[in-house]
Amino acid sequence: MNKDTFKNTKRIEASLKKRYARERRFRLYGQLAVLTGFVFLFILLFDIVSKGSPAFTQQYLKITVHFDADSLGLGASPSEEDIRQANFSGVIKASLRDMFPEVTGRSDKRQLYRLVSIGAEYDLRDRVLDDSSLLGERKDIWLLAHSEAAAYLKGQVSRDIPEAERKLKDIQMDWLDTLRDDGRTRGSFNTQFFQYGDSREPELAGIRAALQGSFFTLLVTFLLAFPIGVFAAVYLEEFAPRNRITDLIEININNLAAVPSIVFGLLGLAVFINFFELPRSAPLVGGIVLSLMTLPTIIITSRAAIQSVSPSIRQAALGVGASKLQTVFHHVLPVAMPGILTGSIIGMAQALGESAPLLMIGMVAFIMDVPGSVTDPSTVLPVQIYLWADSPERGFTEKTSAAIMVLMGFLILMNALAIYLRKRFEVK
Amino acid sequence: MQTSTVFLTLLALCAVSFFVARHRSRLVGMAGGGLTTLNSLPKHYGYMAALWAGLPALALFVAWLVLESTVLQRLVVVTLPAEIQAMPPSEQGLYYNQLVAYALGNVDASQVSEAQVQGARYYSELATASKQLKMLLVSAVAVLGGLLAVLRIRPDFRARNHVETIFTSILFICSFIAVLTTLGIVLSVLFEAIRFFQVIDISDFLFGLQWSPQMAIRADQVGASGSFGFVPLLAGTLLISFVAMVIAVPVGLMSAIYLSEYASRRFRAVTKPVLEILAGVPTVVYGFFAALTVAPFLRNLGESIGLSVASESALAAGLVMGIMIIPFVMSLSDDIISAVPDTMREASLGMGATMSETIRKVLLPAALPGIVGGILLAVSRAIGETMIVVMAAGLSAKLTINPLEAVTTITVQIVTLLVGDQEFDSPKTLAAFALGLVLFFVTLMLNIVALYVVRKYREQYE
Amino acid sequence: MEGSEKMTALEPTTYGAVPEEAAGLDIHDHTDVSDYKTIGSPFVDNPKMSARNVNVYYADKHAIMDVSLDIGENEVIAMIGPSGCGKSTFLRSLNRMNDIIPICRVDGDIKLDGEDIYGTGQDTVLLRARVGMVFQKPNPFPKSIYENVAYGPKIHGLAHNKAEMDEIVEQSLRRASLWDEVKDVLDKPGTGLSGGQQQRLCIARAIAVSPEVILMDEPCSALDPIATARIEELIDELKERFTIAIVTHSMQQAARVSQRTAYFHLGKLIEVGETKQIFTMPSHELTENYITGRFG
Repeated sequence: MNKDTFKNTKRIEASLKKRYARERRFRLYGQLAVLTGFVFLFILLFDIVSKGSPAFTQQYLKITVHFDADSLGLGASPSEEDIRQANFSGVIKASLRDMFPEVTGRSDKRQLYRLVSIGAEYDLRDRVLDDSSLLGERKDIWLLAHSEAAAYLKGQVSRDIPEAERKLKDIQMDWLDTLRDDGRTRGSFNTQFFQYGDSREPELAGIRAALQGSFFTLLVTFLLAFPIGVFAAVYLEEFAPRNRITDLIEININNLAAVPSIVFGLLGLAVFINFFELPRSAPLVGGIVLSLMTLPTIIITSRAAIQSVSPSIRQAALGVGASKLQTVFHHVLPVAMPGILTGSIIGMAQALGESAPLLMIGMVAFIMDVPGSVTDPSTVLPVQIYLWADSPERGFTEKTSAAIMVLMGFLILMNALAIYLRKRFEVK
Repeated sequence: MQTSTVFLTLLALCAVSFFVARHRSRLVGMAGGGLTTLNSLPKHYGYMAALWAGLPALALFVAWLVLESTVLQRLVVVTLPAEIQAMPPSEQGLYYNQLVAYALGNVDASQVSEAQVQGARYYSELATASKQLKMLLVSAVAVLGGLLAVLRIRPDFRARNHVETIFTSILFICSFIAVLTTLGIVLSVLFEAIRFFQVIDISDFLFGLQWSPQMAIRADQVGASGSFGFVPLLAGTLLISFVAMVIAVPVGLMSAIYLSEYASRRFRAVTKPVLEILAGVPTVVYGFFAALTVAPFLRNLGESIGLSVASESALAAGLVMGIMIIPFVMSLSDDIISAVPDTMREASLGMGATMSETIRKVLLPAALPGIVGGILLAVSRAIGETMIVVMAAGLSAKLTINPLEAVTTITVQIVTLLVGDQEFDSPKTLAAFALGLVLFFVTLMLNIVALYVVRKYREQYE
Repeated sequence: MEGSEKMTALEPTTYGAVPEEAAGLDIHDHTDVSDYKTIGSPFVDNPKMSARNVNVYYADKHAIMDVSLDIGENEVIAMIGPSGCGKSTFLRSLNRMNDIIPICRVDGDIKLDGEDIYGTGQDTVLLRARVGMVFQKPNPFPKSIYENVAYGPKIHGLAHNKAEMDEIVEQSLRRASLWDEVKDVLDKPGTGLSGGQQQRLCIARAIAVSPEVILMDEPCSALDPIATARIEELIDELKERFTIAIVTHSMQQAARVSQRTAYFHLGKLIEVGETKQIFTMPSHELTENYITGRFG
């Protein structure tokens, strides 16, 4: 061992402790970073799920309803039209008064009426339309609770909050306690959430219209983006000559993939709505805009899938005299299809979660009716979430989270499908 | 539905052309001495006829759909009373829309004038005629096209090549749509932005320190200068993006380093997809999370330590945006760091460097250009992100670098200016397009630079 | 490593004066080397490093089988053998470079100056500073020439000031006989040099931390003949100060630069001896076949 190395060994030994400490610290930073990501993900999911799950139960109050023909304003044999016009709201109010005879003051009465949802009167109307023998009867009926009352029954509002700071007053809580003690309250799975469109009343609002809108929009997106994307990928991979135009196309595709989505919204507004005068708020325009947005994703992944097809397949087909086009469509594309589908599903999932460009083309309208075609005004699930998130009522916060859960459910399904396809593809 | 009827008819005509042509080509072939005398298979003649029948008719159909409403409006407006025709275009448009709404039965008679009722009647007649004519013409073109193709069937006609040429052109058009999209974006924002700059001086827009578009829609203040200053929006955008990067870059980069250099393969295989879930969460969900969970949390936290935090603070929006970008930075850095050759690692470790020394002194410096490129892409993402800021950032344009205050961003203003019913010609609406132009230009520059840097970096090690 | 003590005790009988006996061994089936004991003289009087009964596994694959070998102080030992014979793997286990491959496991006993380098309390940082390595492909860092050479001293804290560092860099480059070519371009990137210069830069980088042993893993395989000749000259100069173990594909190179040569075959150390003797009078048929070019 010469002098140099001996001196060096001593120096290195002296520095080791510090360097190992630094190594451990660096490693720890790495672990912390990964952990941070996990924690953020957990908080996000936990926050959404804990806020959203109560929305999947709907609260009902059992009210003894007297279908009094007089208070309904109906004669002896009312027509359907008469029943539609009848004063069911008055009947509910009277029934509530009957159940709580001690309530006398005007404002107290108004508070009492607010235990039951506005939707309850339509429920009663439909019951009578179904079965007119109900008229004149006195019957216990489960009526939908108002969202504030429901929140109390679900334990989301506590009496500890000063009365002035909450919408539900002490006296209403007393009534609800009475009803609960009598076994006159009930929570059940909220099927209406999946059956109704938007509403001003949180307890009546549902995602059906938005789901249908999303379906139509994605349908248009898929019908446009999938064939165009696959054709474009086929052209660029198999036919495109190396020239300026091809380079231009490739540069454009790469850049479009990184253009902010809202810019596509501006394009949709200026070109499709103002220039071509297509209908505003329609899934048709939304679908076109989203298809332009997802095209780069589909083209890029389809190209990768086509590229990965072994050249021997091409040579074999060309060797037996198939034309280039036949080779591609009969032999290359079927092999590349799982990869192409994977990319397309991922592109569709992006489109399903997208909202910014749709705001631009007017898909933010308040839509109660379920759209029936691609030209009807409609909204989509993410935009519905945006609209509800803006509403101040507590009931809507819950609905927002629930809608997010549904949206995320669809996204997970789509991604799982994509992963499944990719796995099968890899096995081959 | 009218449109789909025409479409189905067209499809049916294509199918008929296909079968007729296939049949005729067989006959021609047999007459010439057997199917082998044909240049192409019978089905190729069929395809050819179907394309000839379908394509021109489809083009006509689409053109009709696009032009129909404009032509109808022209035809109806000339029959309207003179004073209506003298109206400015926007008022005339409203008047006409009401007329159409009445004709379609969406508005009852009490809301429209006598002239409109008459116009509506004429409109209905024209619309019906147009529908019938459309159906007739589209069918005629289809039949004609199909017939022409069928008549051209001869044994020496190279139908397969003919069909393939047409098909290759279709493929080319599909890929050219990418170029058209870019062109459409540029033209649509540029055109409207130019109209905006005719009203508002471009230097006022680029260098103005005041942004208050609300003032400008009042009639007496249209074009009031100084209220369309873009600087505060840019500052707000950059502030929020900066906060996002402060979160995303260290966490994303360190995660990538840990997962690629330290973690076991198994840990990596599980962890990476889980963290990438963050990238798949829709932005509207992040917006909700930012506005209803993070922002109130930060405000309460600030209160408890005596800081005043705005309820729509840049910090909340930036923090959540940062979370969103973590997986983006992570994947990009991972790719980039993996591209550094293993021989670098060996050289450094072989001299007795620890792993962290190797990473900090060799791998990161070697990967730096690529990582910078990746971060530029992430910045471009942050600048263009819309939903998080629309839901969690403020509306008032404040020129500040304090992340605890509320600021607004370019994308927030675009949404605010365009959502709701605006007249299309007001500077307020046009301003959104000017902002869109700036946004497109800035992100385009960032992307081009970033993609170039990353490509150069990769080539270095290939 | 429990087995290693027992084997040390058995040393004389197992490895003693083997040549005569080995010559008499019936080894006509030259692919079967499963129960083979090295012939020749794997041990020396003044070992710098000594390996005993080393086994290396990649997951289930047994890559090195029961190899024992000494590397003498200030000698150049060449390790030759057909590709896949394990010579590089053995070399890499001498400074624990195999540790960075997760599936790799090393058994046995490797000592540096009598200290077990795989023993508890031994760390790779110090070991690798004392046992440097030069790789097959020149791999300078994408930094300046100066930074490349200064890298080791910097991370190990071997220079107290700029002047000392300058001194180390100059000396290392001089020892790697690169100084005259690069003294005016020290701030230019090391990757800009020619292949041969890059490899000498890597050698300069390795000797900048004044290691005691330098392991060279086919250092000339990516170089042209002229650059190779310069590296070989350099190795000859370096052996004054360092102990060198070189893995090489080229038998001529082994013959030119080394004092001792070890022949590996399918994970076994077949024969070790004075280079001259191995190349003129190989005892083992496999060795003979290899150096006469019958396979390789």
